Amino acid sequence: MSLTIPVNENDHIVGDPNTAKIVLVEYGDYQCPHCGKAFPIVKKFVDENMKDVAFVFRNFPLKDSHPYAMVAAATAEASGKQGKFWEMHDMIFQSQGNLNEESLKEYVNAVGLDSSMLEEHINSEELKNKIEEDFEGGVRSGVNGTPSFFVNGEKWEGYDGTLQSLSGLLSE
Amino acid sequence: MQSSNENSDLEKYPENKFKPLQNNTMILEKGTSAPDFELNATPDQKLKRSDFAGKNLILVFYPADWSPVCGDQVALYNEMLSIFHKYNADIVGISVDSSWCHDAFSSDRKLHYPLLADFNPKGEVSKAYGVYNEENGTSQRALFVIDGEGIIQWSYLSPDGINPGADGIIEALETLTKNQ
Repeated sequence: MSLTIPVNENDHIVGDPNTAKIVLVEYGDYQCPHCGKAFPIVKKFVDENMKDVAFVFRNFPLKDSHPYAMVAAATAEASGKQGKFWEMHDMIFQSQGNLNEESLKEYVNAVGLDSSMLEEHINSEELKNKIEEDFEGGVRSGVNGTPSFFVNGEKWEGYDGTLQSLSGLLSE
Repeated sequence: MQSSNENSDLEKYPENKFKPLQNNTMILEKGTSAPDFELNATPDQKLKRSDFAGKNLILVFYPADWSPVCGDQVALYNEMLSIFHKYNADIVGISVDSSWCHDAFSSDRKLHYPLLADFNPKGEVSKAYGVYNEENGTSQRALFVIDGEGIIQWSYLSPDGINPGADGIIEALETLTKNQ
């Protein structure tokens, strides 16, 4: 399966997808425990291979299974409007066990965001559409659960929960 | 035993075309008239295929409530109802579990679409669609997209242990609505 929506300027990207050997796209859910376990591993892989790897995170919230998945996705996206997407993304995953509406408010303060502007963005159609487009694009690309990974535009089933499985991508 | 069941299906639905697939069963394929059904959606309410006439209908056959892959699959579709509705499509799940079991599973997973009980006679509808696993006594993991006229427009049999996702369903619905 291929990514139906190629990596584009609306994505949140770490690294340079034009020069990286590996463009890794994750479809994830902030309340999914498997995504929580993958977070530090993916982060280490990306941080240690900044030249070779570009990383994109797209939303795939399963809101009926995970009641805070949607509000977390919206908060991260709205933080992105103030240039702090990755700070919020990392903070939510680092404290995944405490995820709720109260803790999200604390993170907004901790990251130093304008909370009224954040609220406005969270309630905007544009942001709602962005999350829905991420989800629908994921479904069309064959995402059937989270986390799902794509490497250079193709679905990658090689992640086995270890850093080695990710590192192996660079030696292939 | 296997061949006698197949024969009875053929006698019952002589207009249906079959194609051979795993486990010696034959999944109904595109262009076939979808066999009718009337199954319990709740302990005291039944749903018929004709209740969906005029709309596209997605049938999701799956082996069992509570099993890990089935749980992920039904949860995924639960998040996709607004997408399916864009294509004038409803979705129902079907397994051989009883309606009481479905009731508990559906409440637990907060499902917003019906699960039908192919419970008595066990697996009759799954057999009619060619997706009954005689060995396990369960439905196989299979997907059908049926148009408003009751014709199967797409079908797919997935290995039991693999969540087939929804890309095939969306693609089929897209083709269908383009041609309507």
